[in-house]
Amino acid sequence: MAKFFAITIVVIAILSAIPILRHTWVAPEDISTHGHMIDEQMSETMVEAGISFLAAQLILALFIWQFSNRGSDAKIKSFPGGARALVMAALLLVGAEVLALGVFGVKAWANVYLTPPSANAMPIQVQAGQFAFYFRYPGPDGKLGPIHPELINEGAQDFYGLDLEHDPDSRDDIVTAEMAIPVNKEVHLLMHAKDVGHSFFVRELRVQQDFVPGLDVSLHFTATKVGKYEIVCTQLCGLGHYNMKAYLEVLSPQDFDDWLKKQQAMQ
Amino acid sequence: MHDMSAPAAHHHAPPTSFIRKHVFSLDHKVIGKQYYALALVAALCGMVLSWLMRIHLGWTNVAIPGLQLLSKNGAPGGVMTPEYYLQLMTMHGTIMVFFVLTTAPFAAFGNFFLPIQVGAEDMPFPRINMSSFWVTFLAFVVLMSAFFVGDGPTLGGWTQYAPLNSVGAAAGPGQGLGVVLWMTSIALFCVGQLLGALNFITTTLDLRVKGMSLMRLPLTAWAWFITSCMGLTAFAVLMPACILVILDHVAGTSFFVPSNSVINDQVLPHSGGSTLLWQHLFWFFGHPEVYIAIIPGIGIVSHILITNMRKPMLSQRVLVASMGALAVLSYMVYGHHMFVSGMNPVSALAFSFPTLVITIPATIIVLIQVFSLYGSKLRINSASLFALGFISMFVSGGVTGFFLAQPSIDIMLHATYFVVGHFHMVMGVAAMFGIFAATYFWFPKMAGRMMNETLGKIHFWLSFVGTYCIFMPFHYLGIAGNIRRYSSFPDDFLQPLIPVHRWITVAALITGAAQLIFLYNLIHSRFWGKPAPDNPWEATSLEWSTATPPPGDNFGGKHPVVYHDPYQYGVQSSVGDYLMQTSPEQVKTEHEEK
Repeated sequence: MAKFFAITIVVIAILSAIPILRHTWVAPEDISTHGHMIDEQMSETMVEAGISFLAAQLILALFIWQFSNRGSDAKIKSFPGGARALVMAALLLVGAEVLALGVFGVKAWANVYLTPPSANAMPIQVQAGQFAFYFRYPGPDGKLGPIHPELINEGAQDFYGLDLEHDPDSRDDIVTAEMAIPVNKEVHLLMHAKDVGHSFFVRELRVQQDFVPGLDVSLHFTATKVGKYEIVCTQLCGLGHYNMKAYLEVLSPQDFDDWLKKQQAMQ
Repeated sequence: MHDMSAPAAHHHAPPTSFIRKHVFSLDHKVIGKQYYALALVAALCGMVLSWLMRIHLGWTNVAIPGLQLLSKNGAPGGVMTPEYYLQLMTMHGTIMVFFVLTTAPFAAFGNFFLPIQVGAEDMPFPRINMSSFWVTFLAFVVLMSAFFVGDGPTLGGWTQYAPLNSVGAAAGPGQGLGVVLWMTSIALFCVGQLLGALNFITTTLDLRVKGMSLMRLPLTAWAWFITSCMGLTAFAVLMPACILVILDHVAGTSFFVPSNSVINDQVLPHSGGSTLLWQHLFWFFGHPEVYIAIIPGIGIVSHILITNMRKPMLSQRVLVASMGALAVLSYMVYGHHMFVSGMNPVSALAFSFPTLVITIPATIIVLIQVFSLYGSKLRINSASLFALGFISMFVSGGVTGFFLAQPSIDIMLHATYFVVGHFHMVMGVAAMFGIFAATYFWFPKMAGRMMNETLGKIHFWLSFVGTYCIFMPFHYLGIAGNIRRYSSFPDDFLQPLIPVHRWITVAALITGAAQLIFLYNLIHSRFWGKPAPDNPWEATSLEWSTATPPPGDNFGGKHPVVYHDPYQYGVQSSVGDYLMQTSPEQVKTEHEEK
């Protein structure tokens, strides 16, 4: 039984690795300027974690195969290097791995979160509420008017509670249920939660960020490929969480201008 | 016969009434069994909930016969609604994390065996010990009562993020009374754990018998001691956090709800709260909780493997130090759950580094366990199979921690099935394998009868292969971007992944059914199993030096005296290749630790 167990461990380890090696299930194509750094970090980690996984399982299987159910006259032995060698190996190998991942991993993170958006990044506000996203573009004046929570009236399509009468900045704001951005143009996304926690996740853009009620957070990114992509909520927000999504359309600059004008006309 | 010192003065008289003997017992052994029974009932509930969830995820619109009886509104005609899915999911996570993974390896086995392993006749505070169980039992009743009152249990997940947990019924079914019941239950659970931790710590420090120095404690005793120190600090943070949420519901406070939140076009009457405060408080408990669930397993598996290898681990001290390092570091890494939460992004880097570093003591533990197999005379039985299975699972779940420790990769994997696969393997299934190993190993001492080995091995094979069939694909789903906590997958992108979900569902149903073999074995062996000898595994620690089952005061009115380290195997003594801790016999050993 012990030998069969050892073989089972080996078979499971190899079968587990095959879908990874064959890229059976992979993340969707990256369409951002920063995503390649995340993908490279992911690949490096996969190599290191994969080697650790296979090595540990195979050694476990080998020792089970070799040292189980030995006769009563078999002699007990100790691993030659003893605990000291193992501790040193863990400190050196895992320590080096930890340092490498920790240091190189900072680069990708810093690019998304520790670098401010450029001065000409296009501001777009997104508000998340149970269970929809609404997007707001500042219009020709380049300014977003203030939100008045007490004026929010979804029945009247006023998702942000804008006071058009008293807030001149709000008058040209464009509110949409879908998000469109121009390709190769940096976007500065201003995130506002209306009720509870939500999240903004676009797999292809390699961005995921929670909305925090009471705290406006922001993201910045540049999309590099025209297309239509899903925006989904990844923070459990209530009964309709599984269905909370919107679409992101990455358009050519001309198409984006046309789209924005069309949306403005519909306000 | 082993040497015994002067008679022990047992500090509570043997019980005479049925109530004192079996219900409100002061005996740590009965309390340990009560915890085990509670964990068993909880595990069955949690498993059935997971079956229901998996069926829904594979075939969203299928009617599950009888489900409408549990909730008419949650499952009209037996078809689960999205909100009811979330309610069942919340209960599954809560039951499993608190009432199974914390209760069984720590409270159940720790209660039964810690006092015996240190040579004590009981815990120092038997009434507090009894209270800790009954408070925990009450916590379970309060939690389960949510199924039958109001609009059902909370749907906010086992992490109960703010402000969904605080804004009340307007946020969805179960978010009013359901949340209050959840918070009450968990606050009570914390009280139970704090009382338990108090007893565990004092038992270990103050009740060790003559000769039982700290380094002569078995690895299980060390694991329970370290875990109880963690419990004392972690549950002490979660309990007030739960109370603050209850106050937000019933007293009009706003600890976790900020100003200007709008639900149903109404501005909520709250202001000034912080949603991230809850996450900090919760994860300051939540990450140590992972180790509260797994460190007893590490101790149990080491203890069982040593007995079955017939040789000690390569280093007892390194294992103890590594478990201690895990415990300390676990408080410094909790922020890795919050990389994309809106927390300051510089903090993410500060939490990332210790998260990567914690893999070092974890790796040392695995290396010591695996390389100790070298040159051993490994006995294969149900207990050792599950112990070896634990190592395999712990490795598989552990290596995926490398990914989640890095904030940049977390951008892609956060809130996906990759995370679900990771924690199910490393703290869920691994800990469960530890519980099973412990059950097969200690059942003879606890029940006085042997378990059926053939059924135990069938149980192991189905569980081991089944677990990989369930949880490896979780990782693939996560890499592809499959989001967790979705009751179905209407997104275009997720549609092609549904066949994988169906595979997982079938594997989960079969693996779950295999647990019924364990249940049958447990109950059948309890009444009709072969009577167990005092030391069936030829083991060395104190629990095997007393009668089976142990007498009320554990050692028949005497304090044992300890002469040796806990794991004197591979020696030539008068009884065989081992020497019990209580044996005054001196033998030559090649395994003295430098």
